[in-house]
Amino acid sequence: MTFYDYIIRLADNNLILGHRLSEWCGHGPFLEQDMAMTNISLDLIGQSRSMYALAAEINSKGESEDDIAFLRLEHEYQNLLLVEQPNGDFAHTVLRQLFFASFQLPLYQAMLQKLQGMTEEHFVTLRGILEKAVMEVTYHKRWSSEWVIRLGDGTAESHSRMVTAVNELYRYYGEAFISDAVDDAAVSEGYGVRPEELKAEADQYIDDIFRQANLNIPVDTYMQRGGKQGVHSEYMGYLLSELQYMQRAYPNASW
Amino acid sequence: MDTTKNLEEIFQSKIDHEIKIEPKDWMPDAYRKTLIRQISQHAHSEIVGMLPEGNWITRTPSLRRKVALLAKIQDEAGHGLYLYSAAETLGITRDQLLDELHTGKAKYSSIFNYPALTWADMGSVGWLVDGAAIMNQVMLCRTSYGPYARAMVRICKEESFHHRQGFEILLTLSQGTEAQKKMCQESINRWWKPALMMFGPPDEQSSNTEMSMKWKIKRETNDELRQRFVDVAAEQVKFLNMTLPDVVWNESTGHYDFGALDWDHFWNVVKGNGPCNKQRLDARIKAHENGAWVREAALAFAEKQKIRQQSQVKTA
Ligand SMILES: [Fe+2]
Ligand SMILES: [Fe+2]
Repeated sequence: MTFYDYIIRLADNNLILGHRLSEWCGHGPFLEQDMAMTNISLDLIGQSRSMYALAAEINSKGESEDDIAFLRLEHEYQNLLLVEQPNGDFAHTVLRQLFFASFQLPLYQAMLQKLQGMTEEHFVTLRGILEKAVMEVTYHKRWSSEWVIRLGDGTAESHSRMVTAVNELYRYYGEAFISDAVDDAAVSEGYGVRPEELKAEADQYIDDIFRQANLNIPVDTYMQRGGKQGVHSEYMGYLLSELQYMQRAYPNASW
Repeated sequence: MDTTKNLEEIFQSKIDHEIKIEPKDWMPDAYRKTLIRQISQHAHSEIVGMLPEGNWITRTPSLRRKVALLAKIQDEAGHGLYLYSAAETLGITRDQLLDELHTGKAKYSSIFNYPALTWADMGSVGWLVDGAAIMNQVMLCRTSYGPYARAMVRICKEESFHHRQGFEILLTLSQGTEAQKKMCQESINRWWKPALMMFGPPDEQSSNTEMSMKWKIKRETNDELRQRFVDVAAEQVKFLNMTLPDVVWNESTGHYDFGALDWDHFWNVVKGNGPCNKQRLDARIKAHENGAWVREAALAFAEKQKIRQQSQVKTA
């Protein structure tokens, strides 16, 4: 079951962040960026679908990707607190994306290395999913980095909005890099990555982007945690009420 | 010799010979104005049209539907982009066009002033609203202004995909539970007549049709297009085992009759009294205003980069 749990976590991050980004659709600061955010949302939701489908397959309880995506209780979702944070303004959105992509890209890359040579079918499937995803996340990382720099080094207003975003979101940056029992088990089974090992690279990358953006890491660096274990922020229940509405209101229907 | 008259003759003869008018060609002022009005109205419709369906993105019943709906709405944003670009070739900027939308000077298709209340509306909008739009737009692929015609060719391909996708949403509902079937019929009932009014007022009341036909901006009249749409939809609805309100086969004309349309209500919606006019416009204005600092920052940053590059070139 470790593999199942491990995949679900990856998928939950993608679904919930994809959901948040999808809230921008039609409301972006200008058309080109409206489309860019929708693109990223589509990538992430696409990744989550492939992962839920894989999880459903290995679980062989006859669940579908939608059963897993829509019909769990709040505490069963294991996404990071970072990805469920509200969109805020565009500064918050691009910073949240930068933090997440700085974790997700090295994670996927490290997983791909571990999966090399593994021949069991579900590992091969996962490798295929991650290979495609790496290309997508590379773009998400570049897009968000460019915007953080542009806004940090843009006007006085955009700089001050970036500072506010950093002060509010930095506390959610670190959870991704704290391992727990599921990570440990996945590491011992050969495909999992110890997130602590990804931290130095991510920190250095954020440092570099912040320098170019004239932004500072906050002094208080206590990191909020809990999402990975299903203890979410108060925002999560509202998000799930929307996400699950149709499946809850019309149980057992096909769409 | 009267040069303007001569230019006009050249212009009309190009039109008559199906030669496209290009941005640098001479064109009558009224032709330019008509096109700017029509293309911008079309572009605004794409953008405002993102809102009713956008209302359902976070509530789709499945992930497959979520991805499809997001991609569809993103297509509409892309259509808006091509069309704003086509309008810009006529000597107006996107900022000016948006300003006209936000101040209420420019119009957009009134259909988007109706609310999307149920999941079935995602089907009805695709099938009926995109469907009606295609009827209009297929003819615009052959419109006389080159950049508009070329934009429309790309757009039409995607619109017919939306049309099928919408129908497929309804087809799934029509084969589902009793609650789904009810949702399906209720939605069709609500969207049918507003969709018919998308073709514009009856020909005898349409002020723009005659000149637009002469210039081949439009190539078929409102009533001709509307009847064709009714005849097609009346056949398609049979596959859903649903009905279209007030639609009956007329043996003597060989067409489907569709009953009276409430043009008073239509003009009220156009004037701003539709159920969602205020919300749609407010949402667009809010997005634009909330985005102002982002656009300013992007400009300021680009300016700084330019200066940095120039000083690098100098010191090198
Ligand atoms: Fe469109
Ligand atoms: Fe469309």
